[in-house]
Amino acid sequence: MSEPSGVAVAWFLGFVLVTLGITYWAARKTRSTREYFAAGGSISALQNGFALAGDYMSAASFLGIAGLVATSGFDGLIYSVGWLVGWPVITFLIAEPLRNLGKYTFADVVAYRLRQRPVRIAAAASTLTVVTFYLIAQMVGAGSLIKLMFGLSYNVALVIVGGVMLIYVLFGGMIATTWVQIIKAILLLLGATLLAVLVLAKFDMNPLTLFAAARDQYGAGVMAPGKLVANPLEAISLGIALMFGCAGLPHILMRFYTVPDAKTARRSVAYATSLIGLFYLVTFILGFGASVLVGRKVITAIDPGGNMAAPLLAEVLGGTGFLGFIAAVAFATILAVVAGLTLSGAAALAHDLWGHVVRDGKIEEAEQLKVARVATVGLAVLAIGLGMLFHGQNVAFMVGLAFSIAASANFPALLLSMLWRRFTTRGAVASMVTGTASSLILITLSPTVWKDLLGNAEAIVPLKNPGIITVPLAFIVAIVVSLLSPEPDAATGFDAAQRRMHLGPEA
Amino acid sequence: MLVTDDTVELARVIRRRWRVGLALTAVMMIAYFGFILLVAFGKDTAGTLLADGRISVGIVLGACVIVVAPLLTMVYARWANRRHDPAIAALRAKSEAP
Repeated sequence: MSEPSGVAVAWFLGFVLVTLGITYWAARKTRSTREYFAAGGSISALQNGFALAGDYMSAASFLGIAGLVATSGFDGLIYSVGWLVGWPVITFLIAEPLRNLGKYTFADVVAYRLRQRPVRIAAAASTLTVVTFYLIAQMVGAGSLIKLMFGLSYNVALVIVGGVMLIYVLFGGMIATTWVQIIKAILLLLGATLLAVLVLAKFDMNPLTLFAAARDQYGAGVMAPGKLVANPLEAISLGIALMFGCAGLPHILMRFYTVPDAKTARRSVAYATSLIGLFYLVTFILGFGASVLVGRKVITAIDPGGNMAAPLLAEVLGGTGFLGFIAAVAFATILAVVAGLTLSGAAALAHDLWGHVVRDGKIEEAEQLKVARVATVGLAVLAIGLGMLFHGQNVAFMVGLAFSIAASANFPALLLSMLWRRFTTRGAVASMVTGTASSLILITLSPTVWKDLLGNAEAIVPLKNPGIITVPLAFIVAIVVSLLSPEPDAATGFDAAQRRMHLGPEA
Repeated sequence: MLVTDDTVELARVIRRRWRVGLALTAVMMIAYFGFILLVAFGKDTAGTLLADGRISVGIVLGACVIVVAPLLTMVYARWANRRHDPAIAALRAKSEAP
């Protein structure tokens, strides 16, 4: 692969300049906490659809899935499908009630008719755990990718990502973050689609001709399940974590507060689902295109994980200029995801912990905004530091861990708080703590960590992803503990909560 | 809080919304876990080639699940626009009436 430096740096600088310009404009509009965390509720359905897609489609899913398809064919599709199927669940169950009942975080919804303090502490703990693991995975991936694509040193790359992201979030809050995510989503979808069209142009514009070419080169196995799904239980367990984890990711849930009402939230998630679905179909074409036009040997020689499949394909089809564009898009992608994560972590710290636990819900606007900004700086420094600490480690499992915690700690408590009258404070706290702790413990004892990372001979728990145990466990604990600890106030409050959840905050 | 039949009607609208949402969730789960189970237990079926060996059953079904996801969200949005929103608007108008 040739050095993409010149063109890539030019594209990247262009992206950073435009987004910093937007941040300057956003900073002047960001005066209140509601503007800082929820863009003043002024984002339209289409804008939020793109921003949700930009918040979610990470460099890992773009480069990683294209690479997985390029090196192992069909198996990559199993992942793509898993990353998408949580979105309809958000649409059907979560988005509208969440928008009507909450303000900045999902804890607003869970705590609405329960006792604020314990619920907020448990929700903030699970949110910060999810955000931290997701951030580590993004930062370590960012450092390695940027090193590979731009030739920058790992630590310099981390400081650039962390620093630029900090400027967006610190000054422009949710308004700037939203626009960074929108621009990134457009660039990523345009770049990937253009690349897919260039691939298909070589195959009579027919994906079937492309698949046939891959079959001729690598055998019919390229279109059949391979090693990825060796163990059915494992596949289902990962599937549960992906499907319900998506509906419990704090940085995704937070985006529903940026739109004016529940109907707009519903429309925005329908847009996002379509955009993300399109993206995964396109990525599948890119993976097959790379395996045929670039070749598996060339791809794995540059990066054994196959992460460079899409950039290499861009170089073969569009020269250094296109390679530079794709490299810059990957960089922008990381920035947008990291910004969303940091903002949701800051909301948990400033709104849930400081606003509701330390200040008991009685907090001055100016103070809350100040705490939010201090939290943002702290999280940015933490992200850079943890990125450096985990340099060279295999952190791929951390995204799976984040999804597992989101699915078991956040999703059950959120759903039951909306749906079940007899849900109680103790039930919610027990469920969130169980979901977080059981995910952490089971992943530590799993083959990925216990065996591969810690060097033990055998894993104590055979599952790589614990979703099949932790999600049902969190539901059972929530239900049993709630039934054992009736809370009359919470049951009485359910009527008012339901009214607001479905009729809207005005009613 | 107004008259009782308003509360009863609201409860009915809310129950219907959860029924629709949970039913569509179940459809999505069946499609997705069906695909995963096929890949896990029916590797040969998933690898069966179609159209002169230019595509496999697994690829077709995987692409179908990807297409079904946004389609189901559109089905839900259509239902909500036509049935749910008017019902909610009527209830809201009642609760705002003097």
